[in-house]
Amino acid sequence: MAAKLILSMDGAVIKEYPLVKERMTIGRKEHNDIAIDNLAVSGEHAAIVTILHDSFLEDLDSTNGLEVNGKPTKKHFLQNNDVIEIGKYKLKYVNDQITQTTPADFEKTMVMRAPVKQAAPAQGASKPSATQGLMNSKTGSKPAIEEAADKTGRFEAQKPPVPPQPTASAKTAQPAVPQGGASKQVAVVQVLTGANAGKELELVKNLTTLGKPGTQVAVLTRRPNGYFITHVEGQTFPLVNGKELSNQAHQLNEHDVIELAGVKMEFYYKG
Amino acid sequence: MKIAEALEVFSQTHPGMVRSHNEDSVACEPSCGLVVLADGMGGYNAGEVASGIAVSVVVTEVSHSLQNASPVERGEREGEDLGVSLLRGNIQKANASIFHAAQSQPQYAGMGTTIVSGLFYDDRVAVGHVGDSRMYRLRGEVLELITRDHSLLQEQIDCGMISVEDARLSKNKNLVTRAVGIDTDLEPEIHVHDVMVGDLYLLCSDGLNDMVEDDDIQSTVYALQNNLPLAAEQLIQMANDNGGRDNVSVILVKIKGKFAAPRGWLAKMLAWFEK
Repeated sequence: MAAKLILSMDGAVIKEYPLVKERMTIGRKEHNDIAIDNLAVSGEHAAIVTILHDSFLEDLDSTNGLEVNGKPTKKHFLQNNDVIEIGKYKLKYVNDQITQTTPADFEKTMVMRAPVKQAAPAQGASKPSATQGLMNSKTGSKPAIEEAADKTGRFEAQKPPVPPQPTASAKTAQPAVPQGGASKQVAVVQVLTGANAGKELELVKNLTTLGKPGTQVAVLTRRPNGYFITHVEGQTFPLVNGKELSNQAHQLNEHDVIELAGVKMEFYYKG
Repeated sequence: MKIAEALEVFSQTHPGMVRSHNEDSVACEPSCGLVVLADGMGGYNAGEVASGIAVSVVVTEVSHSLQNASPVERGEREGEDLGVSLLRGNIQKANASIFHAAQSQPQYAGMGTTIVSGLFYDDRVAVGHVGDSRMYRLRGEVLELITRDHSLLQEQIDCGMISVEDARLSKNKNLVTRAVGIDTDLEPEIHVHDVMVGDLYLLCSDGLNDMVEDDDIQSTVYALQNNLPLAAEQLIQMANDNGGRDNVSVILVKIKGKFAAPRGWLAKMLAWFEK
């Protein structure tokens, strides 16, 4: 279950370290949780702080520094399959526990207690039922991290935020969402009549509105299975290939002609 | 303008693409300007029970109390409106009922729920929330989150451990630090905000904001603000197109006119005598 680090050198695996402690240190000296006896490694080189399912790597002002996925870094929020390099050594971070839980358990909202005082009388006895869905807060250890975070501001973003993708567990229950196909191809609406004739509008956003607010507005939405047009406001409904739309979303096909507020437009895919 | 005429309200809920149950509950009572959304948690169908209790207690009790009183009257605590006291008191009441049900019936053990509620009165909105259900406000082109999640991730963001961008990659989503129904005592977070004509308020469960980026939520509510049913449908559709891993619920409230409480000399005089 727990995430782990796989230590290797020149492609040969040396040892695996499950991240079972809230804070694990990496360094040359023996007292480190992950001790690497090599002169390129500082006595206390780096630490990994794990809070529930998230792990954070930080450099403890080591002489030779750290690289994550080939980039020098001071602090890093570890993601599955990240490779930490210290000198000639590589530590691969593996956190694939999501694939091991059932879809039913995955991502259910749970309650966490506010930090419970250890000395407080055992409240558990009075409400045994309430403890079932609870997790013990580990926030008590925050100050150490806070302090570290203060030094360098905040954790650096190494990757741009990625849009949520259906994960393996989601796929098992819901295989039908095609991620590629039409949605990756950029579609265009070209104005055919009126003052703006010839103008092209690339549909790069998930949602593009057409028309005049207060008079007639329609929206073009980009979905995994293509583009759709829906009437938003106004007395008259848009026409597609001369046919009036209903209240429902209507899927657009290549070279469909949209007529809206007296203007004709053609829809097509660019490429 | 009467409150029911000043507000346009639309709500929709969907189980999502993965879950078989819908543990979210929504309710609207436009006649007293009240909207409530809850996202339940707990085994079997306990989540639905918890969110159902929360929503019905708050809606029934608040609207009942407001039949013979005005939300601008003086509330329980110093300098507080009755509207605020009613929200707090009844979220606490819901907390007690859920906690009691969980204690007395083994199949409901450990159930709880988040809640986000808005009471619109006197050109203001009192917002009460617990957990990670949210309220956003669209004013002009700007979409702003006006509640702060009671979640582990929010705490980590607050203390600078993790950036807002990195938070999307966290595997510790969905861990709430406060919930309705899991303990004997509960302090809901309540704030009062001024309301302007043209504002659009969005209440949602985390099934929306976990699946859909804030930018996409903004462009949707901004573009479709004159067609609330379509806006709600579009929001839910986007969550489902992105995987729909959780139940998705939204309530949209559009402010069409002013709804200041009557403040004639007679009303003032009466209020003065009551004190």
